[in-house]
Amino acid sequence: MDSVIIEGTPKTPTVKFDPQSGLLEIKGRSIPENSIDFYKPLIDWIDQYALQPREETSVHVQLEYFNTSSSKCILDVFKKLEGIKKSGKNVAVKWHYEEDDEDMLEAGEDYDAIIDLDFQMVKVDLI
Amino acid sequence: MLSFKGELTSDLLTSILQIVENKLDRFGESAKVKKRMFNILVECLQNLHHHIESPPVETSDDTPSVVVMIARNVTGYSVLTGNFVLANNADTLKKRLEEINSMTKDEVKALYKSVLADGQMSEKGGGGLGMIDIARKSGEKLEYGFVPFGNGSSFFSLNVKVKQD
Repeated sequence: MDSVIIEGTPKTPTVKFDPQSGLLEIKGRSIPENSIDFYKPLIDWIDQYALQPREETSVHVQLEYFNTSSSKCILDVFKKLEGIKKSGKNVAVKWHYEEDDEDMLEAGEDYDAIIDLDFQMVKVDLI
Repeated sequence: MLSFKGELTSDLLTSILQIVENKLDRFGESAKVKKRMFNILVECLQNLHHHIESPPVETSDDTPSVVVMIARNVTGYSVLTGNFVLANNADTLKKRLEEINSMTKDEVKALYKSVLADGQMSEKGGGGLGMIDIARKSGEKLEYGFVPFGNGSSFFSLNVKVKQD
């Protein structure tokens, strides 16, 4: 399986997915009008990766903004990753938020409450 | 800060977001208020974009037209939007707004989480989360009104406030 790199735009995040190292990064802004169009390929790649996942999968989410249309898609990404964990592999999520952005911290805590994955909240100066 | 009436295309939506973001930067607004404003604006504008309806025939205009006004006052900001909705949808929307406004902040937060966890995605990508998120980020009661226009059409206006710290 090849690596995937999608460059970010003012409305969509940069996505990097390296199946060899098991690292998935989502960074930037996710505010497209139709998020399904953007996230569908990513969800398909995770499906493919889930057939032969690494022992350890790391997920780094570092979002400045995301809209409610994206929030459902991000949940779908986490659900796919939850499936990998259920198959006996480790999946660790690092959810980044800017120091005074309590809304983004709460958003991470929401996912942590809904999804059975190991979430770590990481405070950063600037996203 | 900004006002607009007309057809809201995807490109225009992007431009409005850029203009407002630049203005908030120039005002030296705190990161928290800036982010809340931006988030609310994204949801409000995308609501308009997704739920655009043509005005009733009684009006002279025949293009789907919306109103957007972004204002700054002594206590904070207001995002005002207006659009035509079908009377059936107006009833559903009104019930939802009444429900959200009757809730405490913690209840709104819990509702967001439960709709996120259980709700189905609509074909336009929204999952009924938009208005809940707007209320959650605003932290204030939503102000709204419906003006019946006849022929099964209503004009819906919404005022979302963001207080400064």
